Amino acid sequence: MTFDFHELSIRDLSRNFGRRRALSHVSLDCNAGEIVGLLGPNGAGKSTLLAIVSTLAAPSSGNVFYGRRTATQIGATLRSKIGVLSHDLHLYSDLTARENLIFFGRLYGVPDAESRALAALDRSLLAERGGDLVSGFSRGMRQRLALERALLHEPRLLLLDEPFTGLDDASTVSLIERLKELRSAGCIILLATHDLDTAEEVLDKAIVLRDGRFVGSESDVRGLRKRYQDRLRAAVATT
Amino acid sequence: MRKAFVPLLGAAGFIFLTAPIIIARAPFESTMGLVQKIFYFHMPPAMLMLLSAIFCGLVSGAYLVTRRPVLDWTASAAAELTVLYGSIALVTGPLWARKAWGVWWQWDARLTMSLLMWMIFVAYLLLRRYGGNGSETLAAGLALFGMATSPFVYLSVNLWRTVHPLTSVVPTLPVDFAFPLWYAFTGFLLMYLALMTLRVTLERQRAALDQLFLESDE
Amino acid sequence: MTAFWRVVWIVVRKDLAIEARSRELLNTTVFFALSCVIIFAVSFVREKPLGDAAAGILWVAIAFAGTLALGRTFERERYGDTLRALLLAPSDRPAIYVGKLIGILSLLAATEIVLVPLVALLFQAGLFSHPLLMGALLIFGTIGFASVGTLFAAMLARARSRDVLLPILLYPVTIPVMIAGVKGTSALLDATPQLQMAGMWILLLVCFDVVFLTLSLWTFDPLMTE
Repeated sequence: MTFDFHELSIRDLSRNFGRRRALSHVSLDCNAGEIVGLLGPNGAGKSTLLAIVSTLAAPSSGNVFYGRRTATQIGATLRSKIGVLSHDLHLYSDLTARENLIFFGRLYGVPDAESRALAALDRSLLAERGGDLVSGFSRGMRQRLALERALLHEPRLLLLDEPFTGLDDASTVSLIERLKELRSAGCIILLATHDLDTAEEVLDKAIVLRDGRFVGSESDVRGLRKRYQDRLRAAVATT
Repeated sequence: MRKAFVPLLGAAGFIFLTAPIIIARAPFESTMGLVQKIFYFHMPPAMLMLLSAIFCGLVSGAYLVTRRPVLDWTASAAAELTVLYGSIALVTGPLWARKAWGVWWQWDARLTMSLLMWMIFVAYLLLRRYGGNGSETLAAGLALFGMATSPFVYLSVNLWRTVHPLTSVVPTLPVDFAFPLWYAFTGFLLMYLALMTLRVTLERQRAALDQLFLESDE
Repeated sequence: MTAFWRVVWIVVRKDLAIEARSRELLNTTVFFALSCVIIFAVSFVREKPLGDAAAGILWVAIAFAGTLALGRTFERERYGDTLRALLLAPSDRPAIYVGKLIGILSLLAATEIVLVPLVALLFQAGLFSHPLLMGALLIFGTIGFASVGTLFAAMLARARSRDVLLPILLYPVTIPVMIAGVKGTSALLDATPQLQMAGMWILLLVCFDVVFLTLSLWTFDPLMTE
C-alpha cells in the first residue's frame, strides 16, 4: 500500500541562520487540485520554504504535515510523492536528454522508465533532441526537460521555484497549460515566483512573504499585480 | 550552570596560586633536576586534552541526533578547549623531552595521537569559521570521526614504535611526586570547567541576542 | 535490501556513463598521480635508490590523487545542483553514498594500476614480490581513505572554501590508513620481508574500514540535511 496524501499543512515554520531570518512563523494550507503561489521579492524565503517542504532542509521550528503525518514519521517513501522543479534544474549536462530522464526514472523507481522517458520527450517537444547532450540545450529546452523529469514519477506534490524565469512566451503558455492539467488530475502545486502577470493566470490562491515573514494572502488573484505594487509602494512610503 | 563559573574560577585560581609552592617543595627527580617539574604543567593539560576531544566527539554525536543548540555550543567550547590545552601540552612536552630524552619530538603512539587530535580540532575550528552556513552540522561530523579515529592512530603508531614513558609511571610515583601532580591536575580540571561554563554561557547569550534581534523585527 | 543495491547500481552506472564519454576524471587523476611521483623521484633519488621511500611516495601519491578525484566528483554534482536531486530520491540516502563510493574506488583502482608499476620502476622497489599481500594493503587502504573521503566531500559539497577544507579535514582522520599502508608496504619491501607484520597492518586496515564505513552510513543522512 503506497503512501499518499491530499493536503499539505505548513504550521508555524521558522528557519534561522544565527541572526539571519530566512523564515518566520509561516503557515499555509494546500489541497489536492490547487495551485498555490508563494509570492515576494528576492530573499523573501520562498526557496527556503520549498527546500523544507521537499525534505532537503530541516526547519528551526514548526512542522510540515503531509496529510496528517510529518516527514520523519513517513520516511523515505514520502519523496516518491514529491516532484521538484528548482531554479538549478537538476539535470546532468554530460548526459543526453533521454539518459537524464531514464536515470531519474529508474532512481525514483518508475516502472518501465524507458517508455515513460520517450513519452516525456514527446510531451516536451524534445523528441528529436532526445539523443543530444543537455549541455547544448537552451534555457527553455532545459526547463521543459526538467519539468518532465520532475513529473516522471507522477508526484502528488509538485514544488516549482521560479519556473517562468527565462522562458519565452510559447514556453510560458505551454507550462501554464501543463500546470492546469496537473491541477485537474489532483496534484498539489506550490509555485514560488515574482512574475505576477503570469501568476495571475494560473494561481488559485497565494501568500506573500517578505524577509521570511508572512505579510498577506490572496484568495482572489485577479488584479494581483496592481495590488502587490500598491502594497509595496505603501511599504516604501512608510520607511 | 552559569552560576558555577565564579566558584570554579575561584577554586582554580586558588590552586594555581598555591601550586608553585607545592611544586617547588616537591622533591627533585634524580636525573633531570628542575626541568622534571615541567611535568606538572604538561601532563594535566595533555590528559585533559584527550578527554576533552572524546567529550567533544560524544556531544557532537548527540547533536547530530537531537539537534539541540546547547549541545552545539558545548561541542564548540570543548573543541576550543581541546586546542588550547593541546597547545599547552605540545609546547611544554618538547621542552621536557629535550632534557629527558635528548630530542624535541618522538613519533610514538601517545605523542602522535595527541598531535593528530590537536590537528583535527584545529580543523574543526577552521571549518566552523570558514565553512559558511550549516558548518555546525559538518563540524559535528568531523568531531565524531576524529574521536573514532583516535584509537586507530594509537594502535597504528603503537604497532610501529613506542618510546613515551609508560602509563604505569603515574601510579607508581612516590607520594611526594604524586601529590603535586594531582594537585596541578585538579587545578587544570577546574580551570577547564570554568572556561567551559564561560564559553557555553557566551554562546547561550549570543543565541538569546539573535532571538531578540529576530523578534524585534516582528 | 535489494532496493538499496538497486539504487547503488543506478548511481554507479550513471557515473560510469558520464565518465566513459569524456574520461576526464580518469585521465586527469592518473596524470596527476604520475606528476606527483615524478616530483618525488626527482626530489628523493640519490646515487642508490632509497627503497623505503617507495612505500611513502606510493601512498602519498594515492592520497593526493584521491583528494583531487573526490573534489572533482562532487564538483560535477554541483552543476545543476544534481546532488540535491539525488537526495530527493525516495530511496535510503546512504545508497547514494555507497554509489558514489564505488565510483571513487573504481577511479582510484585504475590510478593505482598505473601508479604501482611506475613507483616500482622508478624506485627499484620490489612491489610485486608479494602480490596478494600488496593487493590486500592497497584494497583495504584505499577503501579506508575513500570511505571517509566520500562522506567528507559530499558534506562539504555546498560549503564555502570546500576545496581546501577537504584535505584539512580528511588527512588527519585518515592518518591511520596512511601509517598502515606505508608501514605495511615497507614491511614487504624489507630485505627480509616481514610477512606477518604486513598481515597485522592489513588487519588494522580491515578494522578501520569496518568502523568507518559503518559510521559513514549512519551519519550520511544527518550530515546531508541542511
